[in-house]
Amino acid sequence: MKPLAITAGTVLSAIGQGLAATENALLSRRSGLTPCDFAGITTGYVGCVPQAGAHVLEGAAPGFTCRNNQLADMACAQDGFAQTVQNACQFYGAHRIAVVLGTSTSGILSAEDAYEALDPVTGFPPKEFDQAHTQDLFSLPRFVAARLGLEGPLLSVSNACASSSRAFVDARHWLEAGLCDAVVVGGADSLCRMTLRGFAALGLVSAEPTCPCDGQRAGISVGEGAGFVLLEREGERPDAAVMGRWVGYGVSSDGHHMSSPDPLARGAVAAMRQALERAGLDTAQLDYINLHGTGTVVNDAMEDHAVHALFGRNVPCSSTKGWTGHTLGASGIIEAMFALVMMRAGFAPGCLNVRQIDPTFRSHVLTETLHRPVRRVMSNAFGFGGTNCSLIFESV
Amino acid sequence: MQVVVQGVSVWGPGLSGWLHAARILRGQEDWVSAPVQVPPAACLPANERRRCGPLTRLAIALAEEACAQAGVKAADIRGVFASSNGDGAVVDSILTALSTPGGEVSPTQFHNSVHNASAGYWTIGHASLAPVVALGCYDWSFAQGLLKAAAECVVENTPVLFVAYDMPIPGPIGKVRITQNTFGCAFVLAPQATQHGLCMLDITHAPEAMVQETALPPHLAELARGNPAAGGLELLQKIACGQKGTVYLACQPGTILVEVTPC
Repeated sequence: MKPLAITAGTVLSAIGQGLAATENALLSRRSGLTPCDFAGITTGYVGCVPQAGAHVLEGAAPGFTCRNNQLADMACAQDGFAQTVQNACQFYGAHRIAVVLGTSTSGILSAEDAYEALDPVTGFPPKEFDQAHTQDLFSLPRFVAARLGLEGPLLSVSNACASSSRAFVDARHWLEAGLCDAVVVGGADSLCRMTLRGFAALGLVSAEPTCPCDGQRAGISVGEGAGFVLLEREGERPDAAVMGRWVGYGVSSDGHHMSSPDPLARGAVAAMRQALERAGLDTAQLDYINLHGTGTVVNDAMEDHAVHALFGRNVPCSSTKGWTGHTLGASGIIEAMFALVMMRAGFAPGCLNVRQIDPTFRSHVLTETLHRPVRRVMSNAFGFGGTNCSLIFESV
Repeated sequence: MQVVVQGVSVWGPGLSGWLHAARILRGQEDWVSAPVQVPPAACLPANERRRCGPLTRLAIALAEEACAQAGVKAADIRGVFASSNGDGAVVDSILTALSTPGGEVSPTQFHNSVHNASAGYWTIGHASLAPVVALGCYDWSFAQGLLKAAAECVVENTPVLFVAYDMPIPGPIGKVRITQNTFGCAFVLAPQATQHGLCMLDITHAPEAMVQETALPPHLAELARGNPAAGGLELLQKIACGQKGTVYLACQPGTILVEVTPC
């Protein structure tokens, strides 16, 4: 593929607000996980952004107020993101900048709260419940477009935990088809009762902080967060400062099971292989793989199998879920930003909380920080429904 | 963007598959309201068939018919699945469970609650490794979905299956998010003409809102207003009639213009 330029980017998760705080937490191996105490639920640990609930939205209709948009709004205000988008707006025109965002549950916490306060006679949710601007999946891009003053076409991508990763691919389709000149790509997902209870019902929530790739791993810690990049054609806007390049992607389905990955990893291997092919790279040209690495028994085993099948032990890999928890639909953009942070600072972090790497694993799993230049990173995301996305980023 | 429509499907009240719906859209048969009864999802193993709900059965019926008509293999084709409400019955049931003491959620319902569940069942049914994206764009899912599917078809230079489908949401959310009926439609779009082509679509996006008086008879116009996926009815009518002309679709923001030229 023709590489696309990332000309602005920001990230928000339990480990910090913005790129500098994120880099600091990754380098100092400081996890953001805390014992879960959310909406009366106390199972396991969470990667919570504690400021989100009290955050007041800027510059958009108050009807958009929900935890998911609060996270998105906080992210918009970081790292000069909104300002760079304004500069691009002046260059291209607001109607030439699209917004393509991923979320798995949007503002469903608002619907959960509404169900706690139904009218006992009519069964109606309370008047304050604005379904279209909170719970509905389209709420997120509508809010972000209003917040940033953008007038290009909008899209909500909801492919479970691969949502904001897959959003890059959908953004590229619109960009390459000429429907826009730049795209705000990313996403947000927020803590809610549904995911906390739902993953617990599936037996997938770890009682201890999640420890991806450990032999004793016992599931995920649910997290939340948001992140955005501005994606443009290379060399199109002379004043743009390029943070990184997006050079390859692969997308696939498992066609296997709704909530268990294919143990043979055919879909995951296909996504990673396509990503290499599109980037015109061979395996030796990658410096690091940021695993989806959720910390569940089956995901990590499947992914190790897939990574080993393609790369053997030649490329170091790790999961950053020990820092943030599994931020579900936001994990793709959050980890894409981690990749940019690592390439800029020259390091690859080892998995957190690992006592012993799963002895059956055969890929090169890091458990300590590797300090060395990182030029290219592959970033994986897989989701329920058997949806896979693998992205490759390159430093400038 | 130019794409060729190779296969179509429609299921809605009184519209049972393309051949039946096309006769009604051409005015050769009167429309009579009737409940939507799609065929069973024969592609799924018995276990999965039991687990999936009516929304997934609708999406799969649409996808199967459009692919069969286009003569494309289901396992090979990329998909764009657009649904505004997703599986409202599953979400309502989870929200109800969460608001009761204990708050226990069914694991099967939880994995069925992901917006890409219908897409997931479709790929499971055909052991397909081809990618499928799931979109949710409120009242504009048909228009945004078509814009996405056409762009993917042109940029990836490969056929794309586009499915738009929605059902009313039960329970409290359904009292504020009103969807009148069950409706879905599907298209197989190809980047270049082949012997199977029904018509060519030239799709452009205009940033401003544009309105066009509907060419649909009143009862079909009513259907089109009652379900986000039925926003495609006017386009379907042009295709059924083999009629040249332009369809305006409201999108967010602006308008999508679809110029239809029969092959």
